[in-house]
Order: sequence, then C-alpha cells, then structure tokens
Amino acid sequence: MRIGVVTFPGSLDDHDAQRAVRVAGGEPVSLWHGDDSLRDVDAVVLPGGFSYGDYLRAGAIARFAPVMSALIPAARGGLPVLGICNGFQILCESHLLVGAMIQNDHRTFICREQRLRVENSGTAWTSDFAQDEEITIVLKNQDGQYVADQHTLDQLEGEGRVAFRYVVHGSQTPAGAKYDRFADRNPNGSYRDIAGVTNERGNVVGLMPHPEHAIEQGYGPSLDGLKFFTSVLKSVVNA
Amino acid sequence: MGIVVVDVMLKSEILDPQGKAVAGALPRLGFHQFIDVRQGKRFVLTVEGEVTEQVLAAAREAAETMLSNPVIEDVVAVRAVPQAEESQA
Repeated sequence: MRIGVVTFPGSLDDHDAQRAVRVAGGEPVSLWHGDDSLRDVDAVVLPGGFSYGDYLRAGAIARFAPVMSALIPAARGGLPVLGICNGFQILCESHLLVGAMIQNDHRTFICREQRLRVENSGTAWTSDFAQDEEITIVLKNQDGQYVADQHTLDQLEGEGRVAFRYVVHGSQTPAGAKYDRFADRNPNGSYRDIAGVTNERGNVVGLMPHPEHAIEQGYGPSLDGLKFFTSVLKSVVNA
Repeated sequence: MGIVVVDVMLKSEILDPQGKAVAGALPRLGFHQFIDVRQGKRFVLTVEGEVTEQVLAAAREAAETMLSNPVIEDVVAVRAVPQAEESQA
C-alpha cells in the first residue's frame, strides 16, 4: 500500500507522517508540492506545518500548488485523503471539506495532549476506532479555531460528518491532575467543539490534532494515532 | 502604472481575535471611546498601463478565488486608485 505524504515549503510533520505510515505497515511515498503527479499512490496525507508561512490565510497558498491540481479531482473521485493541522486548513481552503480555520480565540499558540471523541468511525481513516471511542493525541496550533455558519454546522451534525470532537471535562481540573486552563472549554474556540470533519463520502478527513505524533511507545501520549493509518490501509485493501 | 486596491474583511459574525487584541490595548493608551475594533486586509495590485474594466474584472476574480475565503471573509471593495492617490495607496 503506497501512502503519499505531500511536502510543501514550510511543512514540518511530513517525516513523522511518513514514519507513521511505515510503522502501520504501509509504504510511504514522498510527494512534492511543485509536482502535479500523485505517483500512483493509494491514499494521501497532507501534513502539519506552516506552508508558505501561513501567509494570506493558513493553507490558502498551498491550495493552489501544482500537486493540488492532481489531488483535488482524485479526492473528489474517492481517493482517501487525510489533512492534519495545516493539512486540514488546506482541505478547507480547497473546499474539499466545509468550514474554515481562523486564529485560536485566546490568541496564543497551544501545544498539549488533547482528549478527543471519535464521532464517526465509518470513514476511510477512522474505521479501526470504536464509535464514540475517546483518544488522546497531541494538539499544537495557532489557527485552530474551526468555524462555519449555523446552517453548515447543522448539516455536518445531521449527516454525521463531525469526525472528531474535543472532549471538555467540565469546570474543575480533576484532583491530582495538573491545572488545565482548558478544563471547561475547547482549546481553540472551535464552533461546537469540532476537532475534525469528513466529506459526504467519508474518504476525505481533516483534523487539527496530530495522530502521527502518537504511534510509538515512549513518544507522545498514546498509540491512538496509529489507528488512523491502519484504518486507511484496510480501506485501501477493501476498495 | 495603474493600481487596484482590494479590501477584505472578516464577516461580522466571525470573531476577530486580532481586532480583539487591538481593542484590548487601546484603552491603555488613553483611547476609551473605541468599543470595538475589527482588522481587515488591503491588497494593492499594480498593473502595467491603465486600470481597464478588464483589469478590474480580473482583480474581482482574484479577490473572490484567492485573496479572500468566502466562508469567513467578504470582499468589501475592489477599486482603481486615481493617479494622484497612488503614493498613498
């Protein structure tokens, strides 16, 4: 199974994403932003980082890179695509996913271990999770606030296209736990606590937190991230 | 050379964290009369020759497809800047 990982100028997590593909049992294939070929891959990951310095808007310039002119029609045709953080922003800018990302409402960069609930375990990238399973992976971003108009949000919820939601525990940090400034609210102001969404077909998924940083014992808060990559390998086999 | 100015603002229903930060700092300088601040973007596009209707149409298209994201932003103005104003554009 060949899983492509696109490198844009300013991508940071492309190598970690490739490593995650390898650990899950796939063959990572490096794709270049300036190349309009997808090299016959079976799925594509758009990694985290700050493509083109996040100038204009996060993901706005990457969206017009030559590789995207091949990727956008392929994604519309069913190719599994996962956008992580900056990759999620690029998918929103490409209109492969609805909504948009703006700056965190508290205006600071965040980097933390984040609890999420898997709200749709039927996508190409989430089938190895149980419905409503809670997972913990790393969240790190500046422009992580997911926004859309009320109609779009209602439609997403009605069609089960909210893939992940931030788990908000309540106003109290549990006894014995470190003080958590985000105990009673989601960590970037995202509307309806949305951390990730999918398209109608379930082949395109975008999320703000980083599964590729939670795939190996001793690194990251869990091994929960690995299931994204094992899920897509199975979906490709079954396709 | 001709110049086209494109102004883009976040939609009013979208929270503007940058504007909020500026609004929070203004009172520290004694500016208490401004109860809200919203920050936008201005693009200054330069062309060879005059700004024709065709140039304006192209600027509008660029504004809608790349310079703004219609999900969160509005293009509030696309206009040719007269020669005399160019230096201030």
